[in-house]
Amino acid sequence: MSDSPAIVHGAAEAHHEHPAWQRHHFESVDQQADAAGFAMWLFLLTEIMFFGGLFTAYLIYRNWYYPAFVAGSHQLSIPLGGANTLLLITSSFTMAMGVWCAETRRKGGLVLCLVLTFILGAGFLGIKTIEYGEKIEKHHVPGFHFSLDSFTHPDKTNPVTRNDQPLAVDMARHTEVYFSLYFAMTGMHALHMIIGIGILAFMIFRAQAGAYTTGHVTFVENFGLYWHFVDIVWIFLFPLLYLISRH
Amino acid sequence: MSSSTIISLPDQSTARIPKVNFLTKENGLLSWLLTGDHKRIAILYLISITFFFFIGGALAGLIRLELLTPQADLMATDTYNKVFTMHGVVMIFLFLVPSVPATIGNFVLPIMLGAKDLALPKINLLSWYLYVVGGILVLYTMISGGVDTGWTFTVPLSTHYLNTNVLSTGLAVFVAGFSSIFTGLNFIVTIHKMRAPGMTWFRMPLFIWSHYAASILMVLGTPVLAIAIVLVALERTIGIGVFDPAKGGDPLLFQHLFWFYSHPAVYIMILPGMGVISEVVSTFSRKRVFGYTAVAFSSVAIAVFGFFVWEHHMFIMGVSNYSTLVFSLLTMLVAVPSAIKIFNWTFTLYKGSITFETPMLYAFGFMGLFTIGGLTGVFLGTTGTDIHLTETYFIVAHFHFVMVGGMLMAFLAGIHFWWPKITGRMYPEKISQLAAVVTFIGFNFTFFPQFILGTLGMPRRYAAYPPEFQILNVFSTAGASILGVGYLLPILYLTWSLKYGEIAGNNPWQATGLEWQIQSPPLTENFPVTPIMDHEAYDYEWLERQQQKEVASVG
Repeated sequence: MSDSPAIVHGAAEAHHEHPAWQRHHFESVDQQADAAGFAMWLFLLTEIMFFGGLFTAYLIYRNWYYPAFVAGSHQLSIPLGGANTLLLITSSFTMAMGVWCAETRRKGGLVLCLVLTFILGAGFLGIKTIEYGEKIEKHHVPGFHFSLDSFTHPDKTNPVTRNDQPLAVDMARHTEVYFSLYFAMTGMHALHMIIGIGILAFMIFRAQAGAYTTGHVTFVENFGLYWHFVDIVWIFLFPLLYLISRH
Repeated sequence: MSSSTIISLPDQSTARIPKVNFLTKENGLLSWLLTGDHKRIAILYLISITFFFFIGGALAGLIRLELLTPQADLMATDTYNKVFTMHGVVMIFLFLVPSVPATIGNFVLPIMLGAKDLALPKINLLSWYLYVVGGILVLYTMISGGVDTGWTFTVPLSTHYLNTNVLSTGLAVFVAGFSSIFTGLNFIVTIHKMRAPGMTWFRMPLFIWSHYAASILMVLGTPVLAIAIVLVALERTIGIGVFDPAKGGDPLLFQHLFWFYSHPAVYIMILPGMGVISEVVSTFSRKRVFGYTAVAFSSVAIAVFGFFVWEHHMFIMGVSNYSTLVFSLLTMLVAVPSAIKIFNWTFTLYKGSITFETPMLYAFGFMGLFTIGGLTGVFLGTTGTDIHLTETYFIVAHFHFVMVGGMLMAFLAGIHFWWPKITGRMYPEKISQLAAVVTFIGFNFTFFPQFILGTLGMPRRYAAYPPEFQILNVFSTAGASILGVGYLLPILYLTWSLKYGEIAGNNPWQATGLEWQIQSPPLTENFPVTPIMDHEAYDYEWLERQQQKEVASVG
C-alpha cells in the first residue's frame, strides 16, 4: 500500500547545508540569486515601457511644435540641470561602490557608500524643488495659471532668451504641452527617486546591522540596478528637456 | 470493452484525503493572509475573482433587462451608462485578466514545471493584495456614484466632460495593472529559472507556453496603460495638456497609448485559456497534442503580433489611410496562429479515444465559439466592413464570443479539470455536464442575435433602440437568463462537492502532467523529492508503463 506513489522518481536527495537566507523552494543559492536578478531586469523592462509612453508623446509633440519646445527649454536652467546630472552620475558611482563593498564584505564602506548615495539623491531632489519653485513663480506650470508671456515677449535681459524670436500666440500656447511633458516626465522620475531614497534609508539601517555583508548581496545588487536605471532615465531626460537647441 | 469514461477513482470505501496537504498544513485566517504558498494564493484569487465575476454578471443582467424594451424604462440613461461602464471595468480588469493565470496558472504552473513554488512567493502575495486594493477601489467607485466613461476612458470625455469617479476608477485600474504585471513577471522568472531537471523548453506542457506568452504581454503592455492613465489623471486634476486639443495636445495619442495595452490585453485574456484547452483536449482524447511545436510557437506568435495591431480599434478615429491598410493586414495575420491552434486541436481529436467529461464539453464549446469570435474579428479587421460594423452590437457580439465564449468556457473547463487536484474531491459529473450544455445554449441565445442586431445597425452603449430590434433583444435577454443559470450551477455543486464529492485520488483523468503524479490536494512543497522529467509532454505510453511498474511493485 503506498500513500504517495511518487511515479516521478526523484533526484538523489542530499540534505546538504545551506545558508539561512536560502528560501525553501530554491535548489541552491545560485538559483535564488539568478531568479532575483532576472526578475529585477524584467521589472526594469516594465519601467522602460512605463517611461516609453512619455517618451513617445515627447517625440511626437517635439516634431510638431519644435519652436515651442525650443522656447520652453530656454526657460530651464542648464546650470541647475547640469548640477543634477553630475549629482546623479556621482550617486551611481557611490552606489556601484556600495555593491562592491557588500560583495567584499566591507560593512563600514557599504554604510558610507549608501549614506553618500542617499545625500546625493536628496541633493538632486533639493535642486529639483528649486527648479519647480521657479516654474511656479514664472507661471510655467500647466493649468489655470499658465502664462504665455515669456514666449510672446522673450526676456531681452536674459542671456539665454535674448536672441529668441517672439512666438506667435498660436505656437506659444504649445509651450504648455512642453511643460506638461516636462512635469510629467521629471515628476515620474522624481517619484522614482523618492521611492529609491526611501529604500536607501531602510538599507542604511539594515546595513549597519550587518545584513548585507554576510555574502547575501542580492538585495543591494538589485537596488543598485534600480538606482542606475533611474539615473539613466535622467541621462535621457536632461538632453531631451534642457538641451533641445544646443547642438 | 468500450468505456465511455476515463475517470479512474480509488476505491471509495477505503480512499481518504491525505492528512497532510497544503490546506491542512496550517490553520487560521492569518496563515492564509500571510501565506507564500502559490496554491493558497491561487485559492485566495479564486474566491475574489468569483466575487467580482458575480458583481460584473449582475451588472450584465441589468443591461440585458434594460434592453428588453425599446424605451429606457428600467433606469435613467446616464445610470445605464454607468452600469455598462462598471460591467466592463469589473469584467475586464477584475475578472478576465487575472482569471486563468492568477487562479489555475498560479496553482498548477509551478507544479507542472516540477518546482516547489513560484520564484517570488512574496511578490505573488503582493500581487493578490494589489488586486484586492484595486477591487475595493472599484467597489468604492460603484457605491459613491459610479463612472460613465466606458471602460476605455476615452478622452476628452474622461478628462473634461464627465463629473463622475474617473479618478478612483483610474487608480483602481492602475493598481490592478501592477497586480497583473507582478503575476506575469513571476511566471516568466519561474519558467526560466525554476524548471526541474530534464524539463526542457519543448517538454513543457502547452499550458506553460501559453502562460509564458501571456506573461510577456502583461509585463510589456500593462505599464503603457499605467502611464496613459496617469496622464489622464494629471489632465483631469491639474490640467496638463498632453491630450487636450485646446492646448495643442492630441486625444488620438491617448487612443494609441490605451490600445497599445488594451489590444494585447485581449490576448492576455485568451492565451491562458488556450493553454487550458490544450491540456484538456489532449487528456480526453488520449493523444499528444498534434503539432506540439507549432502550437507552442503559435502562442508566442500571437503575443508578438498582438503588439502590432492596436490601431484597428481606431480605424474610424481619423488615422491615416496608409496606416489603416498596414494595421488591417497585420490584424489578419493574428488569425494565422489562432487558426493553427484550432486546427491542431481538431487534429488531436482525430482518431483519439474521445470521452465527454465536463472539461471536454467546455473545451468543445470553446473551440466552436472562439472560432466564430475569431473569424468575426477578421470582418472587423477589414477596413471596409469595419466602418459599417464598428460601434454596433456586432462588435459587442464579437468580443463576447471571444471573451465569454472563449475565455470563460476555458476558465470553467480548467476549474473542472483541476478541481480534483485542488480540493482532492470530484465534482458531480452529470449535473456539471448539464451545466456545460446549459451554458453553451444560453450563450448562443444571448450573443448570436447580437451579430444580427449589429449588422442591422443597432449601436452599442445606448439604453434605447428602435422598436423593430425588440424581438432579437428579447431573445438575447432570455438567453442571458439561461446563461445566468449556467453560471450559478457550478457555484452550487462545486461548493457542495467540497464536502460530499467523491475522493479523487492522485490522477482521476489518467493525465500525464507532473501535477497529476502527486497527491491531491498537493503537499505545501508539492514534491517530496525534486522530480526528473525523463519523457515528452503528453506521453500516455510513459504513463501506462509507470502504472504497470507500480502495480508490479505493489503486487
